[in-house]
Amino acid sequence: MSNIIYYVSFIILGIGIYGIVSQKNLFKQLISLSIIDTAVNIFIVALGYVEWGEAPIYSTITPVANFVDPLPQALVLTAIVIGVGILALGSVLLVHINEKYGSLDPDEIRDTREVVE
Amino acid sequence: MRRVWAILVAGVFLYFLVGQFLPIIPTFGNVDLFARVAFDIINKSTTTNYNAVEFKKSKDLEDGSANVVTSIVVNYRSFDTLGEVSVLFCAAIGVGILASMLKSKKRIEFEEHKVLRISTGIVLPLILLFGAYIFIHGHLSPGGGFPGGTTIALGVLLLMLSNNEFKVTNVAKYVEQSAGAGYVVIGLMGMAIGGVFLMNFLPTGVVGNLFSAGVVPIVYTFIGFKVGAELSNVISDLREG
Repeated sequence: MSNIIYYVSFIILGIGIYGIVSQKNLFKQLISLSIIDTAVNIFIVALGYVEWGEAPIYSTITPVANFVDPLPQALVLTAIVIGVGILALGSVLLVHINEKYGSLDPDEIRDTREVVE
Repeated sequence: MRRVWAILVAGVFLYFLVGQFLPIIPTFGNVDLFARVAFDIINKSTTTNYNAVEFKKSKDLEDGSANVVTSIVVNYRSFDTLGEVSVLFCAAIGVGILASMLKSKKRIEFEEHKVLRISTGIVLPLILLFGAYIFIHGHLSPGGGFPGGTTIALGVLLLMLSNNEFKVTNVAKYVEQSAGAGYVVIGLMGMAIGGVFLMNFLPTGVVGNLFSAGVVPIVYTFIGFKVGAELSNVISDLREG
């Protein structure tokens, strides 16, 4: 039962995949992608946990090292920032799509394109 | 029908992860840190001989920042962070170009509210100060350039919500460009002095002091300014259309 955090991250990942497949709105799919991002981040941070370890910062509370693995946290820091970039760029692209086709539903967009062509 | 498919696909993914992936990873909390790279980084010595690091006592180590995550992000993997900053820069440029290509130039106007406007005047300096605190103390406490910059950008967003006339001027773009260039200049200085790009060429000092860790606080200050200006630009581009 100690692996419960892994199951939590897998369940959030499943929610994200469910959102991408089931939703028809492209913006909701983008948000689902963001949820998957969060799930992967939780999973990677959980991989570095050491039992009874403290946050990896030398301070007055932990003057000597008794730390969790800091490397996954550093990698996740990078991943979070890039996730923000993806979310911003994706939402502007969706604004463009909405302006051109008047809809964010992939089926409706396909219909509009066939009419135009 | 679509939802059934979605549940099926998500279920197959979950089955694969739990059945195939979970057995080969270590159980939660049961990690042997000595076998990992992180052991060298925590003890701040990538050579074979090392001494245990002590807060406020150890000095002149490979890297003097008390926050080990910061020492990975800005010192050991600094080139990676430069790439990350470039990715954020590209995303901000993409948002700017795409937002300016929109046909309907409709500026988003918010309903002005007197309570929000006056309380913004009180809270905004504190938000900006807190953002600056976060990125200046990035090598001592949780945080760093990215969260600090985001806090500053949130202050700008609050200003935007409370005041319809407010516009982010070109100053933000200049700050962003010069901060990004400053990071590269620090890297080139490391190359000129130590022979390696982005080398930590300043003395690292005592672990836990404000003036320690060599170039780490300088680089994190640059990153804080850059991320703050960049995200303010992104918000402003999305609003102005």
